Amino acid sequence: MNFAAQLPVLPVIIPLVLAPFAMLMPNGRAPHAWATFVSWLTFAACAFLLAAVNDAGVISYQLGDWAPPLGIEYRVDLANALVLFLVSGIAAVVFPFAYASVRLEIDERQSSFFYCALLICLTGLLGVTITGDAFNVFVFLEISSLSAYALIAMGARRDRRALTAAFNYLIMGTIGATFFVIGVGLLYQATGTLNMADLHDRLLGQSNRVVDAGFAFIVVGIGLKLAMFPMHLWLPGAYTYAPSAVSAFLAATATKVAVYVLIRFIDTVFGFQFEFLGAAFTWVFLPLGLAGMFIASLVAVFQDDIKRMLAYSSVGQIGYMLLGISFGTVEGLSASLVHMFNHALMKGALFMAVACVVLRAGSHSIQAFAGLSKRMPYTTWAFIISGLSLVGVPLTVGFVSKWYLLQASFAAGFWYAGFLIVASSLIAVLYIGRIVELMLLREPAEEGPYAIPAKDAPLSMLIPMWFLVAMNVYFGLNTELTGGIANRAAEALMVMAGAGAP
Amino acid sequence: MESWTEFVIARYNYWIVIVLMMIGLYTVFARGNLVKKIVGLNIFQTSVFIFYITIGKVAGGTAPIYIGDELYHGDGHGDGHGDEPHGAAADHGADAGASLHAKIENDLGANDLKAAANDLTLDEGVIAGEGGHDAASLHTAPDDAAKIANEQLIDAGKSASQGFDIAADAAHGAVEAAAYHSEVIYTNPLPHVLILTAIVVGVAGTAVGLALAVRIREAYGTIEEDELEAMDNVAEFGAAAEATGTRG
Amino acid sequence: MDRLILKVTTKIFFAPIILFALYVQFHGDYGPGGGFQAGVIFAVAFILHAFCFGLEETKKVLPPRALIVAMVIGVLFYAGTGVATMLLGGNFLGYDQIDPESTHHAGQHYGILLVEWGVGVAVASTMLTIFYQFTGREPDIDQEDW
Repeated sequence: MNFAAQLPVLPVIIPLVLAPFAMLMPNGRAPHAWATFVSWLTFAACAFLLAAVNDAGVISYQLGDWAPPLGIEYRVDLANALVLFLVSGIAAVVFPFAYASVRLEIDERQSSFFYCALLICLTGLLGVTITGDAFNVFVFLEISSLSAYALIAMGARRDRRALTAAFNYLIMGTIGATFFVIGVGLLYQATGTLNMADLHDRLLGQSNRVVDAGFAFIVVGIGLKLAMFPMHLWLPGAYTYAPSAVSAFLAATATKVAVYVLIRFIDTVFGFQFEFLGAAFTWVFLPLGLAGMFIASLVAVFQDDIKRMLAYSSVGQIGYMLLGISFGTVEGLSASLVHMFNHALMKGALFMAVACVVLRAGSHSIQAFAGLSKRMPYTTWAFIISGLSLVGVPLTVGFVSKWYLLQASFAAGFWYAGFLIVASSLIAVLYIGRIVELMLLREPAEEGPYAIPAKDAPLSMLIPMWFLVAMNVYFGLNTELTGGIANRAAEALMVMAGAGAP
Repeated sequence: MESWTEFVIARYNYWIVIVLMMIGLYTVFARGNLVKKIVGLNIFQTSVFIFYITIGKVAGGTAPIYIGDELYHGDGHGDGHGDEPHGAAADHGADAGASLHAKIENDLGANDLKAAANDLTLDEGVIAGEGGHDAASLHTAPDDAAKIANEQLIDAGKSASQGFDIAADAAHGAVEAAAYHSEVIYTNPLPHVLILTAIVVGVAGTAVGLALAVRIREAYGTIEEDELEAMDNVAEFGAAAEATGTRG
Repeated sequence: MDRLILKVTTKIFFAPIILFALYVQFHGDYGPGGGFQAGVIFAVAFILHAFCFGLEETKKVLPPRALIVAMVIGVLFYAGTGVATMLLGGNFLGYDQIDPESTHHAGQHYGILLVEWGVGVAVASTMLTIFYQFTGREPDIDQEDW
């Protein structure tokens, strides 16, 4: 077996082949250790892949030796290598973290199923990212979504509302996926192909209502999956009631992958020759991105549940990514990619901090955070640093994202968008500051439901969490990996899209 | 200039799809019962299945199931799975067409369709050497295929999956040129394969949805959405919320 | 002896249904059929059995734990075929590697048979597991007992 040649398929194959073994293991520690091991293997494969793509350029892998555009092609360029690296990296950090949290929040008898579903969810997310075939995207999207529904529903042990949240997500997610399939069907009708690069070639110069409708269906479908602002209603419930480790994993990966799919379809499949795209940028992505930034962030300020607050903040942050896409420039796109990466780091760390609090306090209500610095100092500071990162304080990744976005908005001539970005960051100061004030300045509850023992989270949780926090700072200082790669990825995407006037 | 009634009737499949789609979506949004929602979702998905299947339909084509070569080809030329190597079989350009034709009718799966196209590309060298006019006859396909016919043979293979009608016509022309009076035209199998996948995904989604409904019934004692919401509100805001109907 | 007719009919039909499932399974290479359909038909035989003889009887024949193992085996059969072709030097699911000497892609036939067999096993066991889970639930279960 030629390892280098088989590298592109490994990120999907490793978790797919190894996930079922978790189901055979006795409940308890074994499936967790297995899932952690698999996530590390997958991460190693993704890291090699990123390095290979960084050196050699686009890698194409032909599944079953069928040449594209007939066969399913895995096509890895810098953009999806970066997303693969991100998703598998988050998995490699969250999976080891999960053990203590999951043991508390999930029935012991379900743990082998839980870790199996977690690995399958990872498979789906990586598959969506890696594939170069439009219909294959749908299949992997549903693999990840179906396992995500199950994972979220497992939060029912602590709060039965997880069930209704998972059900709502299922309805919305299935409608989204079906819309996406309709869109792909319309494109297939117009072109007779499903391979993304081939679709791009065949859509050149085509401007008719079939393609327009296909575009609309695909944008709405993916918009539901990525919780684009008015279609985000499933997200707060799902992230609030899911088991904390699942929240951390999904918040950092699932919507990012959906954003990536949107970018892939806009830039690789449709491209700027597609006349509808300019209108979509001006009238859909820009206003919805801005609306999401403000409305969802404002809603976040008034939440009494930390997980729900972070979930609304996620919807707002997705607004930034849409904004970057809507500029239609290399700078905008690379800002979106950078923010995608950075937001995963900060949201992952924030949700992990919440998971630590849930472990000790048994609650993710805002009251549980009162005086937390005196009870769980390490968790508190992890939350504060990643919270500052979310706000966009210098020396953190959040600042890098905002900086790229600001540059992009001024370069693209949307100077007002630049001011709005800064203004909406102030809302983040509000909702993060509210928690920070509670944690640092209040006295902890001595008794009652929110009393916490003065004992920090176990090391198995603190180490991964602080690793992610450290990454928040590291990538805030060293922007070579994120900024550099995102920039070149965006350039490559734009060349493919036929950059120029959108 | 067709009248609007013709316009409507000629596109009857789309009307069925649209009506089903709307019924499904309406059911999902308007019904409070969780199981009814899932049924609505299924209707919605079914409309998409029908949409895919109907766009793959080729006028006059039959289901993409291999009928049997002896009925139509008389000899082994159509036997894509036969022992005879394709390189040898393709000594006459038309045979390549026949083998493509047979391969396509032969096979249900997309994979095998791809095999047909790949085989065809293998034959390319032979055909190119044996006589360009035969290769050209392979491409005597009307309309849509004309553009592709100008390109390399590999593109004819490409078209096999991209538009079955194109490939079938191309192959068909070649077959007729060689005096094989084959009349079998198949519909495009690729949408069928895609939809088979989508159906499996849909079944999985239905199973998960129903399982959730069962669990919700056990946890809440009801599967009516308004009652569930009321109970959640009570849990969140206390009993007062129930009276005022406050929402979170 | 109640439901005598049903029980006798089920006994008569049980074997033909499984036979039909196997026919669909192996004929999938040439005609309509394949692992998905065969798996469902196979599962239907046991679901019919459960309807007439009760779930407990069926669980004696096919214990739920065995089904989970079968599910895993099915997936591994599928993925294992792909990995095997990778080890043989081809790409994932590159069936031609199974019989590279063949002039008419015999490897394709072996490969699809193996993969479909895995799909059939996985689908049958999954369908039965879903059925067990739905029918085997008590009407009202305590929060801790599910």
